[in-house]
Amino acid sequence: MFGPLICKPGSSKNNKTGSWRVEVKPKFLQKNCIACKMCLVICPEACITGNEKNTYICDYQYCKGCGNCAAICPKQDIVMIKEDSKE
Amino acid sequence: MPEHLFTSGHTACSGCGQSLAARLVIDTAGPNTIVVNNTGCLEVFSTKYPESAWQVPWVHSLFENAAAVASGVEAALKYLGTKDTINIIAQAGDGGTADIGLQALSGMLERGHDILYVCYDNEAYMNTGVQRSGLTPFDANTTTSPIGNNSKGNPRPKKPLPEIALAHGIPYVATASVGFPQDIQRKVKKALSIKGPKYMQIHVPCPLGWRHEPQLTYAIAKLAVETGLYPLVEFENGVKSARQIKPKPVEEYLKTQARFKHLINNPEELKRVQAVADSNIERYNLKLQ
Repeated sequence: MFGPLICKPGSSKNNKTGSWRVEVKPKFLQKNCIACKMCLVICPEACITGNEKNTYICDYQYCKGCGNCAAICPKQDIVMIKEDSKE
Repeated sequence: MPEHLFTSGHTACSGCGQSLAARLVIDTAGPNTIVVNNTGCLEVFSTKYPESAWQVPWVHSLFENAAAVASGVEAALKYLGTKDTINIIAQAGDGGTADIGLQALSGMLERGHDILYVCYDNEAYMNTGVQRSGLTPFDANTTTSPIGNNSKGNPRPKKPLPEIALAHGIPYVATASVGFPQDIQRKVKKALSIKGPKYMQIHVPCPLGWRHEPQLTYAIAKLAVETGLYPLVEFENGVKSARQIKPKPVEEYLKTQARFKHLINNPEELKRVQAVADSNIERYNLKLQ
């Protein structure tokens, strides 16, 4: 192929990478959150949203379950749970 | 919440440090930015045709010429008279910067284009399967520097690329690490406020190539800084400032990754890696007084 290949900005959203998770997924307890935003800053998938205390949540359609949000949370308010648990 | 300029759905590995750093850089730079990318992991996973994770104009040409293409973009914007409102970021991995793209980078720095060049340093050619690059650290096990009876991994030290960039006499050179995300944001902001060529090198763990668990990305990047193996330094018009640390022994960093596994029961080699950290600490005066 020659010439420029152009695609729409942000169109990778069509790619639901959440299906990549194999073992664990994060659970946002939303109890002791202090809104430090570290989970939002550290998420490699850019799939965490929220702006006030206890409102942070990730989009499971895109979350690959790396677990960095749970590792960085200073209040241990994010835990990694088994993918098939009912919560 | 503001939309990220680097969106979800890119195909990076779980726990990828590079995708995290790329998002921090572009979110800090803001929407008035043109990004020029070298070939590499970042290019491949963020723009799987016909999809793109970028919400800003993004150009890819070849492996070696992000700096040269960015120079052309800058010259065109200057001609149009809109350069002052638009940031240009050229970015590449460590192979595309230190080995293949070094000539284009040097030309860009020497010609004095107003561009921020960001090198995402994951310390090997991760996209093609972990081959050794110029920025691979001493004694790391890669597929082209394997361990064996007569080999302890990569025999050569890391190329001092920030200093090579600094030797061009450019106004801003910095190293950063995803272990300190706010530090990346601060340095990008500062770099973009300065006119002229800027060089930034960000340490980004690669779970696949370094062989560590994906949830350790942040912790490992932080340990690299805290042991002195990846000093966070900043040169503003040649004046140095560095993040001070209380040095930890290098074992703490090495034992987290399987690429250094062969060193753990080898006190002689550990001593040599510790010597690298010690010389960094002395050279940049990193020790917290």
